[in-house]
Amino acid sequence: MATDTARKSVPLWSRLLAPAHAPTYQRKEAIIGWLMAAPAIILIFMFLILPFVMAFGFAFTNQRLISPNPTEFVGWRNFENLLTVRTFTLDPLLDDETGLPILDEDGSLTYPRLRDYTRGNPDYPELDGLREWFSWNIGETRVYMLASDVLFMKALFNTTLFVLFVAPIQGGLALLLALLINQKLRGINIFRTVYFMPVVTSLIVVSFLWRFIYDGQNGMLNTILSAITFGAFQPHDWLGDPSTALWSILIMSVWQGVGFHMVIWLAGLQNIPGTLYEAASIDGAGRWQKFRSVTWPGLRSTSVFVLVVITMQAFSLYAQIQAMTRGGPLDSTQSIVFQTVIRGYEKQDIAGGSTISVVLFFFVLIITLVQRYLTREKTA
Amino acid sequence: MKRFMLILFVASIMLSGLSVMAQDGPTALSLWYHGAGNEVERSIIIQIIDDFNASQSTWAIELEEFPQESYNESIVAAALSGSLPDIIDVDGPVMPNWAWAGYLQPLNLSEGALDGFLPGTIGVWDGQIYSVGLWDAAVAIYARRSVLEANGIRIPTLEEPWTGEEFDTILETLQATGEFEYAFDLGMAWTGEWYPYAFSPLLQSFGGDIIDRSTYLTSEGILNGEAALAFGEWWQSLFDRGLAPGTSQDGADRDTGFIDGRYALQWNGNWAAVSALDAFGDDMLFLPAPDFGQGGIIGAASWQFGVSANSENPEGANAFIEFALQDKYLAAFSDGIGLIPSTPGAAAMTENYAPGGPLEVFFALSNEQALVRPVTPGYVVMALEFEKALADIANGADVQDALDAAVDAIEADIQNNSGYGFE
Repeated sequence: MATDTARKSVPLWSRLLAPAHAPTYQRKEAIIGWLMAAPAIILIFMFLILPFVMAFGFAFTNQRLISPNPTEFVGWRNFENLLTVRTFTLDPLLDDETGLPILDEDGSLTYPRLRDYTRGNPDYPELDGLREWFSWNIGETRVYMLASDVLFMKALFNTTLFVLFVAPIQGGLALLLALLINQKLRGINIFRTVYFMPVVTSLIVVSFLWRFIYDGQNGMLNTILSAITFGAFQPHDWLGDPSTALWSILIMSVWQGVGFHMVIWLAGLQNIPGTLYEAASIDGAGRWQKFRSVTWPGLRSTSVFVLVVITMQAFSLYAQIQAMTRGGPLDSTQSIVFQTVIRGYEKQDIAGGSTISVVLFFFVLIITLVQRYLTREKTA
Repeated sequence: MKRFMLILFVASIMLSGLSVMAQDGPTALSLWYHGAGNEVERSIIIQIIDDFNASQSTWAIELEEFPQESYNESIVAAALSGSLPDIIDVDGPVMPNWAWAGYLQPLNLSEGALDGFLPGTIGVWDGQIYSVGLWDAAVAIYARRSVLEANGIRIPTLEEPWTGEEFDTILETLQATGEFEYAFDLGMAWTGEWYPYAFSPLLQSFGGDIIDRSTYLTSEGILNGEAALAFGEWWQSLFDRGLAPGTSQDGADRDTGFIDGRYALQWNGNWAAVSALDAFGDDMLFLPAPDFGQGGIIGAASWQFGVSANSENPEGANAFIEFALQDKYLAAFSDGIGLIPSTPGAAAMTENYAPGGPLEVFFALSNEQALVRPVTPGYVVMALEFEKALADIANGADVQDALDAAVDAIEADIQNNSGYGFE
């Protein structure tokens, strides 16, 4: 009975903060705790959770950044415009009289113009508004992969490629560096600092500096390559060539971020008790055996963390693109987040940008869940 | 907790009330300007504001400056939060977008205030004047007389510019001399507004355009028609033949390449003219745009002043703009930062644009060859698509495909916006 009245006298909000049966001083502490956390909670809510919820809402409307037109609910249209892909085949043009294929100047087959099918053709309503993403030949038939949003598809492809290469390279290199600097040598802190330095430099600054390194005529990379090959190497425009642009950015990104993950690995390494290594030595284990049987199992949870963090960071590829190539040349460096910003902000299409970020969210979520599943503790 | 919120709320009301009551004496009008960081520009605009504030006692202008890169973002953010300044500085081609979005109201200047102004300095949208510029900018072919004469090249005039074929032959000739890295520097390093501003006039000279200006609803056949295709093929050939530096051009090369003698000709704006004159003096020539069939054309419209839609004192804002349009201020801006003054009267008062002045030719170029960029709220997106198409074509994309893609994207955007008010 006594506890009941006490419960009633406590206001609802304070009961939410601490268990009702808790003594007064505990409740007070809980309130103070929440008050202290309040600034962070409010900021996180306003700038993270709220925009995130709004993006979900906007993705189903035609919301513009600035427009006198009222916002309308458009259902799944934005997602259809973003994600539709179709295949389509065309047969080569045949000469009406001879029935033989018409060849162009180079002697290759000619095909009807794709745009005649994809733009206002009443016979092919399902193709309306689609564009060629890529195409290949099966025999004489040309097969097109059409997409409603070719730019997004290219961005998705590039970003995925980027993640697939950055995650193992950056993670592996960081581990290697961590092993190197996890030694008790004189002046080892100098090396630790040097490797960590790119991380504390702003990514934008790093990107601009690397633009000079990659410069097509007298960049540092070209100068060095031509010096060590005694002039045999012809200067290459690293960022201006579609086949090297993304790789150039990838290498720079690995270099910039590797120090951060090195520190994480290092923390993991230093958590492994030295007694385990001593025991392994007594058992006569070699360096490689020690790494395989002591170090690597000891780094298990660290490795999961590093992998997940690199994956998420790599998916948010943006600053390097913005500063170095702006998606070019020929869309070879378009990335998902870059497209989000271009659409939402520069093209004033908030709905389009929101749709991409919602898609990206689910994409990253699924990949992270798969990673968690694959790297789970296998007990049983 | 509740009480605390209540106190906050009351305090904020009282504060906002205070700021209203504090307005005794002249009414404060805010002016936002894009030129933060430029000392000369700042001193001129402050001079105008001081003169205006001293000339009457009803209004007092207060200046806030922004760096150009983030200026448009600041305006959009201010508009979204309902805190636009009274007087807005706006880039000419962006004006229709802001007018359509309801950020601007039509100007209300006295009769004849804009007589004699260069056409590109007056911002008209939907039949009404929304903005006016104290200056315009113009683009010309930078050349050296000695180089042209040494290669037997005719010096073109406004009446008789180079024809498209003639120009192409000239580029081949200059490249063949071997004295230059590139015959013609287009300024591909200057991404952004430079592309539509500097290059869409070339397309227009071929007979194409970014959008059908009779309806502003479609680009089909205009941006990807035969004329546009011819332009695109020529554009691509400039890079294929190695006549012009491509999209990976370094910004520093763009700034110094012509002056260092590495580029024979350069497509550049009047703002770079003074340093070129310093380098070459009398040898320096500013030549009109070539005529690819539809006459020589260059872009028009630079930064202009307008009145924000939710200004509570539009009379004051208009009075300030009219005050700023005096010839002496136009001349001061021109002398200070090398821009083309908006009126012949002001031009006569400047060092560079007066009759016989070294840059006089730009005033004529602006007057004769200038064409404004498409006057539609959708221009913002068109500019991006046009830039992308030209960069892609320069990098070797299929011309027809690149132009088709731009047409599709532009039209999709127009549809998304219910025709931007043109339907």
